[in-house]
Amino acid sequence: MVEEGEHCGRHEFGAVQWVREAYGPSSRKATCNTHGQDSSYFLGWQEYEKNPYDEVKNPTGIIQMGLAENQLSFDLLESWLANNPDAAGFKKGGQSIFRELALFQDYHGLPDFKKALVEFMAEIRGNKVSFDQNKIVLTAGATSANETLMFCLAEPGEAFLLPTPYYPGFDRDLKWRTGVEIVPIQCTSSNDFQITSSALEEAFHEAQRRKLRVKGVLITNPSNPLGTTMTRNELNLLLSFVTEKGIHLISDEIYSGTVFSSPGFVSILEVLKDRKCENSQVWDRVHIVYSLSKDLGLPGFRVGAIYSNDDTVVSAATKMSSFGLVSSQTQYLLSALLSDKKFTRNYISENKKRLKQRQTLLVKGLEKTGISCLESNAGLFCWVNMKHLLSSNTFTAEMELWKKIVHEVKLNISPGSSCHCTEPGWFRVCFANMSEETLNLAIQRLKSFVESMNNQSHQQMLKSSRRKSLAKWVFRLSFDHDHREPEER
Amino acid sequence: MVFKLNNHLLSRIASSNGHGEDSPYFEGWKAYDSNPHHPMENPNGIIQMGLAENQLSFDLIQDWLKNNPKASICTPEGVNEFREIAIFQDYHGLPEFRNAVAKFMAKVRGNKVTFDPDRVVMNGGATGAHETIAFCLADPGEAFLVPTPYYPGFDRDLRWRTGVKLIPVDSESSNNFKVTREALENAYEMAKLDNIKVKGLLITNPSNPLGTMLDRETLRSIVRFINEKNIHLVCDEIYAATVFSQPEFISIAEIVQEDIECNLNLVHIVYSLSKDMGFPGLRVGIIYSYNDAVVSCARKMSSFGLVSSQTQYMIASMLSDDEFVGKFIRESKTRLAARHRVFTDGLAQASIKCLETSNAGLFLWMDLSGLLKEKTSEAEMALWRVIIHEVKLNVSPGCSFHCTEPGWFRVCFANMDDQTMEVALSRIRTFVNKDVDTKKPKRTLRWQGSLKLSSPRIYDDFINSPHSPLPQSPLVLARN
Repeated sequence: MVEEGEHCGRHEFGAVQWVREAYGPSSRKATCNTHGQDSSYFLGWQEYEKNPYDEVKNPTGIIQMGLAENQLSFDLLESWLANNPDAAGFKKGGQSIFRELALFQDYHGLPDFKKALVEFMAEIRGNKVSFDQNKIVLTAGATSANETLMFCLAEPGEAFLLPTPYYPGFDRDLKWRTGVEIVPIQCTSSNDFQITSSALEEAFHEAQRRKLRVKGVLITNPSNPLGTTMTRNELNLLLSFVTEKGIHLISDEIYSGTVFSSPGFVSILEVLKDRKCENSQVWDRVHIVYSLSKDLGLPGFRVGAIYSNDDTVVSAATKMSSFGLVSSQTQYLLSALLSDKKFTRNYISENKKRLKQRQTLLVKGLEKTGISCLESNAGLFCWVNMKHLLSSNTFTAEMELWKKIVHEVKLNISPGSSCHCTEPGWFRVCFANMSEETLNLAIQRLKSFVESMNNQSHQQMLKSSRRKSLAKWVFRLSFDHDHREPEER
Repeated sequence: MVFKLNNHLLSRIASSNGHGEDSPYFEGWKAYDSNPHHPMENPNGIIQMGLAENQLSFDLIQDWLKNNPKASICTPEGVNEFREIAIFQDYHGLPEFRNAVAKFMAKVRGNKVTFDPDRVVMNGGATGAHETIAFCLADPGEAFLVPTPYYPGFDRDLRWRTGVKLIPVDSESSNNFKVTREALENAYEMAKLDNIKVKGLLITNPSNPLGTMLDRETLRSIVRFINEKNIHLVCDEIYAATVFSQPEFISIAEIVQEDIECNLNLVHIVYSLSKDMGFPGLRVGIIYSYNDAVVSCARKMSSFGLVSSQTQYMIASMLSDDEFVGKFIRESKTRLAARHRVFTDGLAQASIKCLETSNAGLFLWMDLSGLLKEKTSEAEMALWRVIIHEVKLNVSPGCSFHCTEPGWFRVCFANMDDQTMEVALSRIRTFVNKDVDTKKPKRTLRWQGSLKLSSPRIYDDFINSPHSPLPQSPLVLARN
């Protein structure tokens, strides 16, 4: 079974039974399942693999909406390639530099590439902050960047706090080989899942109760799966919190280039600057993770980065990057691409336009079906509220609904519980990894499904209300035990 | 609030020196960086001979690339594939990549064995492959046995983040540093006495730094040993295609194929294109395991170091070209053999002996024990400093490879052009003749005292100067 890769969800799926005795003595890591791939959610993927939608060959197949990929702007990249044959063909000034690239394995990375990358990162932030290319470490994707930071910042058994809902991949990337624990910062829909001071404190206390030393907080901003940018208020709250506790703050800004409407993106570095923290202790404890997998839609190229003001972290992470360097061939290509400022300016703005248009399509389409989404301004997905479609306010009901959506509606979307959401009924639905026609078809299918559900539940309501009145009549003389609490998680 | 120094907030791994770069051995690199040889611009500079790179056959690759523009997803001929490849991050790897690698590995072994593409797991270079296999096979505190002398990078790759230990298995020059059953047993027993659980044995075949191959009998003996102890065998065959003269390379794959009693679940191969093809920058590392659970686990872990799909695509195309591959392997061996011969002859003229059984690798294992004032590692280090600063050659001292006998040095020969090689040889001849004449009292060398290093940098073979935008590899400079 091919497990299609993506930044969210792929790792979740796979049902492998570890039989230690049959396979000889191996490590605990090999035999445990903290990689997260044994979870039952692989069902969606498996179903998709068995029956993938194709416009022509398989129009009734399952549409993949669990893949946070940005496929909207390849034409811009392709036309750049057509106009820049040298970069494409291992050449510099017409001369082949293949040999040099083939030999280049310096873990400090190609200087031209790092320079172009930090300038690109600054451009995405409206040049409100600038980055020093000597503080950036190249890694094999954000997957590797996040794991590497854990190795640098925490011992096995220590913990990082993460706001929920969060990208399921973190369970593998942050915990698996590092032995680090994740303690959730519970966020709720009551305030659009924003981080609050009390939630932070509660998470910290929870860690203490579990006898886990907290080493830091990790946020994803813009958020996956919410698709929202963090408010300045939240960022200030976080900075105050990590300052007070003397811990680290990691900001995974992998979706920073996908912010398509207001409020704009506020990077943690901007807030640090505004608070004049350059010479303070917390300055060294804020680290940024980035990648080109979402903004440029190039997950296959494995380009990730860690940015830190702490020299020791940069130094250690640089050495660790030996375990996952970026291919020199890829560094060279992207260095040329990102150094073309005309291209990057145009790409950033055009990409946002297209993302916005897609998101609007999905949001409006769902609205017509009576389904609302969390108001979002970023990302490649919507955080969709299907609570009203649950048979009960439970995660069991969420899974039931999810299975129906996969098998009957034939859409592979991601259930909120896979993102550790505290409330049942939320789903992440991606919109940037398919054509517009396919997206419309998906919306249509969902509409039909909801309509049929409404009809069904209307029938059931009638039946059940008749039953209830009968029951009440029969038992009205004994104590009333019809009223049940909704299941707690 | 308690005031904490930032370093207390970092992990032990980050703030310690388990990466191995603070060792004094990087001195050679520092010296080279500050004074690199260039035939025109700096003819008296230090010649880099500590770099096990294969630079002899790039022209063949460049020709192939020129004639096969479709292999790149960026050229007009190949750009149709761009999108699909750019989004491809499945950790199974491109099927055509795995197929091509499996085929290539078989070809390198004279097609005496075949490899199953479904067991090919990619990694971030052999560096990533080694760390991953350690994570898969051992828990922190457990150990691998490694015959000495061995590649210094293992100390980092297998131990740093994994917490796994390495236990050396000693070997002696008296039998050409062969791996003996006795030495394996001794090392295993010593570990037991120290209450250390041995999880596996790691061998490099062909050997770095020896440049020799393990013979059939030794390989069989090793297989029997690991089966008896029920421990894993990891074979690093990164130099497989650099065997340039008889006898032919015998892969562990061949041995286990004929040994029906071997528990295949214990056998794993680490491979890479960095040496055989000369592509260290492309980061193509491979784990090939006969153990399904290890394949599965390693594959999931490969998420932390996948090969760029752009590179997978190009490699798949290149290695599927049977004609090219056959020609490349043959030609590369011929050139390595020629280089090896010139070098050993040149050293012989200076009365310097090399390990005579060497027929592989990108380096020679030189015996300079005759030049030592005394048979100690201090004397070896003193001689090494003289070689760097006076003879102006960066070679690698045996102790950095954990060799127990002082006086051996690894010198690389495939990372420079003919001219530079001649210069290196003549410097060696001059030095040896001079030294023979004079048994000078030990000079106090300025640099001997300072072992504290301000800027950490990798000392071992494959990392280039961090300051240069492109590698300072002599061959590259000479071409310009």
